[in-house]
Amino acid sequence: MTPALLAALAEARAAKRPVVLATRLPDGVQYLLPDPAAGAALNQAAAAALAEDRSGTQRIDGADWFLHAYNPPLRLIVVGAVHIAQALVPFASEVGFAVTVVDPRRGFASDERFPNVTIRTDWPDEAMAALAPDHRTAVVTLTHDPKLDDPALDQALRSDAFYIGALGSRRTHAARLGRLAALGHSEAALARIKGPVGLNLEAVTAPEIGLSIAAELVAARRGSPLAPARPVAQAA
Amino acid sequence: MSQDFEDVLTLAAQWRAAGEQVAIATVTETWGSSPRPAGSQMAVTASGRMAGSVSGGCIEGAVADAARQTMQTGAPQLLDFGVSNERAWEVGLACGGKVKVFVEPLA
Repeated sequence: MTPALLAALAEARAAKRPVVLATRLPDGVQYLLPDPAAGAALNQAAAAALAEDRSGTQRIDGADWFLHAYNPPLRLIVVGAVHIAQALVPFASEVGFAVTVVDPRRGFASDERFPNVTIRTDWPDEAMAALAPDHRTAVVTLTHDPKLDDPALDQALRSDAFYIGALGSRRTHAARLGRLAALGHSEAALARIKGPVGLNLEAVTAPEIGLSIAAELVAARRGSPLAPARPVAQAA
Repeated sequence: MSQDFEDVLTLAAQWRAAGEQVAIATVTETWGSSPRPAGSQMAVTASGRMAGSVSGGCIEGAVADAARQTMQTGAPQLLDFGVSNERAWEVGLACGGKVKVFVEPLA
């Protein structure tokens, strides 16, 4: 690999641009895709590798190519700059999520409480509209406050977010589902919300709950049987 | 933030910028129960620095040897590690899996 190619790869990653580093085996000829100079077959295979988020070796036009898919990091939107969020953020970052914490209450959403994390202090509905969750985004609401959680969940349900979780007891969650149903979400759509949030570790402390949520994010991302059922079609 | 490939390549670039000779090893294919997926990477310098991994630790030594060779010759290598390989540098994987590792100079 030339230093120039490594620099181009680093630049694409910094710009959160999905790219594929294609290496011909065994001689090491390389392209950073998409690149029209590489030909249609290689570019198509690269697009598929990014869509599946899978790196591997493929036979293309009579040669073996290793396609290394570099997708931008998965995103996690955390609504509620609460104590559990403080515990969740480092775990989620460590397993590869780019985290944004949303909370209009500036006393909670401070740089001191959340060092090195992207913080938004607009209202969750505005923040969610700006962040536009996609199929590589997870949304977790932690405020316990319907004024803040509900608008975020409403928008998450209208998105392709691959994971939606809401903190709260079963009873709180049932009441929440009632309110969201009144906003027009079907039962099937509401089943996308994991509540109570997190893998059942019998977690007690904030770090334990943060760990259980981060663990569930990994399970959802990797398609583990421990993950909640895959999202159904988008909400009405 | 700390996806391992990113750290490895960032370190590799830093090492080279500091004047080190660097080679990069990448898992390109796996069969059976190999511990690290395709795309896992390891960077090695001629001075002996190492970062990242291409297995659970069973073949890193052999890969580092191949990397030093690649830094000397400038030629990339495609290494096969597995139970049935008879080559001189071959090291079996305790888990019974097989991996292919591509080693290239950063130059």
